[in-house]
Amino acid sequence: MRFYEFESKKVLAKYGIPFAEGELAKTPEEAEKIAADLGGPVAIKSQILASGRAAAGGVKFAGSPAEAKEQAAAILALEINGQKPVAVRVERKIDVKREFAVQMTYDGVAKRPVMIASDIGSKNLDDVADEQPDRVQRRHFSTLGPMRNSVFRAKELVRSLGLTGQPLNRMTQVVSRLAEAFLEYDLTTAEINALGETEDGKFIALDCYMDMEEEGRFRQQALLEEFGIPSTETRSVRGEPTPMEREAHAIDAEDPRGLISPFVEFDGNMGLVIGAGGGSLTIFDAVKRQGGNPANYAAIGGNPSVGKAQRLTKLVLGKKGVDKIAVMSNVVSNTRADLVARGVIKGVLEMGLVPSEVITIFRCPGAWEADAFKILEKYGVEYCDRTVSLSEAAKRAVAKVNG
Amino acid sequence: MGILVNEDFTFIVQGITGREALNFTRECLNYGSKIVGGVTPGRGGREVYGVKVYDTVREIVEQTRVDGSVITVPYQFAPDAAFEAIEAGIKEIVIITEGIQRKSACEIIEFADKHGARVIGPNCLGVITPGVCRFGSLGGPAEDCKKAFGPGCVGVMSRSGGMTTEICNALTTGGLGVSTAVSIGGDPVVGSSYSELMPLFEADPETKAVVIYSEPGGPMEAQLAAWAKENNSRLPIVAFVSGRFMDDMPGVSFGHAGTVVHRKVDSPAEKIRAMRASGIAVADDVGDIPKLVREAIEAKGG
Repeated sequence: MRFYEFESKKVLAKYGIPFAEGELAKTPEEAEKIAADLGGPVAIKSQILASGRAAAGGVKFAGSPAEAKEQAAAILALEINGQKPVAVRVERKIDVKREFAVQMTYDGVAKRPVMIASDIGSKNLDDVADEQPDRVQRRHFSTLGPMRNSVFRAKELVRSLGLTGQPLNRMTQVVSRLAEAFLEYDLTTAEINALGETEDGKFIALDCYMDMEEEGRFRQQALLEEFGIPSTETRSVRGEPTPMEREAHAIDAEDPRGLISPFVEFDGNMGLVIGAGGGSLTIFDAVKRQGGNPANYAAIGGNPSVGKAQRLTKLVLGKKGVDKIAVMSNVVSNTRADLVARGVIKGVLEMGLVPSEVITIFRCPGAWEADAFKILEKYGVEYCDRTVSLSEAAKRAVAKVNG
Repeated sequence: MGILVNEDFTFIVQGITGREALNFTRECLNYGSKIVGGVTPGRGGREVYGVKVYDTVREIVEQTRVDGSVITVPYQFAPDAAFEAIEAGIKEIVIITEGIQRKSACEIIEFADKHGARVIGPNCLGVITPGVCRFGSLGGPAEDCKKAFGPGCVGVMSRSGGMTTEICNALTTGGLGVSTAVSIGGDPVVGSSYSELMPLFEADPETKAVVIYSEPGGPMEAQLAAWAKENNSRLPIVAFVSGRFMDDMPGVSFGHAGTVVHRKVDSPAEKIRAMRASGIAVADDVGDIPKLVREAIEAKGG
């Protein structure tokens, strides 16, 4: 889950990493007051989860409180990548003589956390790594016990950028503290870009971005409470869930048997009751390749109850424009296909619809398929076993929806 | 022959009294796997389908040789279970548990590295060499498992447990069969990547080709493409990449923790390009895999 810049800076504060003094403003008037209190030129920055903020006009400078009010008004109303800001951060404008970029993330190849630094700041670090690889340095660090202390590794990293003297020691401190914050708060990415060096040699985080992994949320309750982030808030880059997605989440949460996760709403006409994880991705691709227009994505896993399958079916069919569904999965070892069949049919019947017309295909091969077939036959629903590939099944389903 | 396991392979199940563990323990035994003990703290002295349950891993390794462990305890306790097994000297660890943080996964893997142990997973279903040993829960009930996983010449590595079964089923009905299938896990940091397992398949005389199932997210496919370029492997590789629609939805996660597109390397289109550029065939359809494997084996003169 993503943090806003102002939240990321709260984390920096806990680790003594300096950043520009400032406050949040939710109205242009508030921005004006903050600018006046700070005195001097300020930066007005959109607090938004989407990236590409600066390029889209989400960061502006103001030389006076009146100008700050104007800029804030514009930025508060500015939608970037489908999102409006929750506030703007009004902070002192800092002049720097040099800029750097520092990032902590996980390297899936080395299977270690890695610290990355460049002496080119304010530019997308991946782009810099692609275009000028000699200007980007990396050091892996450890998550184990006493080896977690990363100061010497941070020092090596900063040294490899060519720094020495006071700047080396000061930047090392920032880098190693960022690494500690990264591990402590279960972050997947922690980036300070740009990290500016002022005329008098101080290192200040001009911008900061942090992302916490979902799997870490259970351990970070204290921080989330401090930030006022409820457990239901997803902080997804797509924005908050649609009503249909919320409903799917509720259907999943109220019954511990089996899983429906994730569930994502799309705008097509073909309902998908599909699983499991990898199977769902494959099926979704197959449906699109065959010219189908999915109304939703779902990844059904574990062993869902009849009730869960039934409620999910009704949810999907309840979407405007959806008259037909496909029920498919890869070969399943632990899911009872007969319960899924029973649930789906019940859901269709409860909506006053005809299973054989609504269910375009049922393809869930596995241990209980024979029992599933009996139920499906009774209602005249087209089904197939594992000898029919996922693509072939998708093709048949799409033909019925489009045809 | 296959890789990672053989007919003498012995393993334990940590978390054996859990619901999922009870099921796959029974089916592994039905399949003929040698489970020599189980661990659930506080439940020592009981039995699960004839397998003795202990409180600690150490009590088991002190009595008998233990080659591997399948860990299925909840994510809060999984790292501790892994450390316990690794420190007790067990060399192959399959972690089925989902929901482990990256940091903990890195801790486990680094600890395993220091002890010369191999980790498969987390968030995986384990390993199977058909007819020889099932080390994990791939394929469900033993009878179904035998249907989907017929012995043969193709090594399989997959980021999805379910798709491992689907693909192995296609290879089996396609007349090629499977030498060893490894469900490597769906997390962003896993203990054994495709390119790390390739040398093992390379050294296995029974394996004539390798099939991988991959998803968006992560550098593993780029790593495999680089490996294929640098190594003149006798084994042709055929890949299948799912989730191609995710190129249009950066930042949105679908299912596995590692399945999300942030950077270029995560993109399915980019993975396909990189793999094709290194000579890896990429199937557009799971059903095409057996045909592509045959063609690839022929092209290599095998």
